[in-house]
Amino acid sequence: MTSFINALPGALSQGLIWGIMAIGLYITYRLLDIADLTVDGSFCTGGAVCVMLILGGCNVWVAIVVALIAGMIAGLVTGVLHTACGIPAILSGILTQLALWSGNLAIMGMRANQTLNVNKYSVLVSMRYLSDVVKGKQPFYMYPIFTVAVGTVLIIAALYWFFGTELGSSLRATGANPNMARAQGINTNKNKVLGLMLSNGLVALSGALLTQYQGFADINMGRGAIVIGLAAVIIGEVVFGKLFKNFALKLLAISFGAIIYYVVIQAVISLSGINSNYLKLLSAVIVALFLSVPYWKNKWFAKPVKKGGMSRA
Amino acid sequence: MLEIKNISKTFNAGTINEKTALNNVSLTLNDGDFVTVIGGNGAGKSTLLNAIAGTWMVDEGSIEIDGINITKLPEHKRAQYIGRVFQDPMMGTAATMQIEENLALAKRRGKKRTLKAGITPAEREEYKQALKTLDLGLEERLTAKVGLLSGGQRQALTLLMAALQKPKLLLLDEHTAALDPKTAAKVLATTEKIVTRDNLTTVMITHNMKDAIAHGNRLIMMYEGQIVVDISGEEKKNLTVEYLLQLFEKASGQALASDRMLLS
Repeated sequence: MTSFINALPGALSQGLIWGIMAIGLYITYRLLDIADLTVDGSFCTGGAVCVMLILGGCNVWVAIVVALIAGMIAGLVTGVLHTACGIPAILSGILTQLALWSGNLAIMGMRANQTLNVNKYSVLVSMRYLSDVVKGKQPFYMYPIFTVAVGTVLIIAALYWFFGTELGSSLRATGANPNMARAQGINTNKNKVLGLMLSNGLVALSGALLTQYQGFADINMGRGAIVIGLAAVIIGEVVFGKLFKNFALKLLAISFGAIIYYVVIQAVISLSGINSNYLKLLSAVIVALFLSVPYWKNKWFAKPVKKGGMSRA
Repeated sequence: MLEIKNISKTFNAGTINEKTALNNVSLTLNDGDFVTVIGGNGAGKSTLLNAIAGTWMVDEGSIEIDGINITKLPEHKRAQYIGRVFQDPMMGTAATMQIEENLALAKRRGKKRTLKAGITPAEREEYKQALKTLDLGLEERLTAKVGLLSGGQRQALTLLMAALQKPKLLLLDEHTAALDPKTAAKVLATTEKIVTRDNLTTVMITHNMKDAIAHGNRLIMMYEGQIVVDISGEEKKNLTVEYLLQLFEKASGQALASDRMLLS
């Protein structure tokens, strides 16, 4: 139990960082209705770009921005494969993800991982700061939970503004009903590309933060990212769906969903002593269950329609 | 206004499912024309509308609106000239978005979509007034999700959206066919009201011969991808269902087989 409590701040920080990734995923999965598998690759791209730039002497903020841009380029590639080349969205994502395996290795100088020593380089978030702030070696605002929470709120605010603009609304319409969107003069292909770019930009940003936090980038760090992201989106919706109707609150719910996910995973590790190699299996089972529940509910527990029926006029 | 010259469209060319949906069709519409289109299943009515709207490109021929050649324009670019209402009430609106958001999207048809606010307070007032003309009480439900509306309400809203930014051409693809008779009549009355008010050039497909006769100033009948009957002016005013059936038999060399057209 104490090991679980000790690990809690770490789980919260990680959950918040992955929450940004999940918010990015929400743009494609919920708003555009595309299951975008690019994220498994672009998450690592963000980490790889960030670590290499910081090791090269780059300012941490610049590194984060360039990581975000790199993610957007990955999204652009998937978008072009899907819209201009007519490849189904899911396959376009898989292709980009596969290509990024090589791309990410190339970025990291053909090595499978790169470490970032927090003693030598200044970073925005680090696992180390969890204890440093408690000991008073760092000011309070360097506490990772605080830093990432502020970042998350800023990102949600920016997205809330964007999806309320003419362009953002047209992007939501593209996902809600492409026929209607085109009939209203909306270039649905352009919007899909834009959405994929925005989404993967956030995913890479999240990867960049995680790399700094854990102090290394690894070629496998994005594996299964889409499942974790989906878990966060779905847990957020299931737990807070009734409460949070506003768009900004819905995004916040995803961040909370990611936190819940990491706390639960941490609890499972700390309390059951399960071999952490089983975590991916566990994640897959959790997500499969959460995705099945709404379907089962409809199939077996749907309320019967009253005789005579409702007027549909 | 609308100038269609010799357009043809064949689906699944070269396969066993080859189907010539449009066969060298030409049609000229004048400003303010309200044309009703009838014909059996597979006659090419919807194909004609989709060709004009740009759902896909035609194989041959050209389409002009007000002297602008739109033959090669993609669907979303043609939308600046064309308002549409579909047969399926689900197709014309975004179910997960609010009524006012749908209207705001329609208000910006043909305009560049920028980073300005997607909807302004002044617009809301305008939409309230516009919704009042529908007489469905929707003006009190601006922020309700469109998915909560009935099929008839959605068609009426789609109609309003199509006319919100006055289109050069309004295309109605059997927009009352999926509704019950009472609702269909109401939506049709709204159609007549909006078309007359804005003097819109309109093409309306219908399966209902009586509706086709009662509305518009011109009627065309399609058969196997061609326009076989084209009636306007006084002749149109004096049309009867019996006479239409005779015309069809003469043009096609067979009795009209569609029960749906006879019974409605």
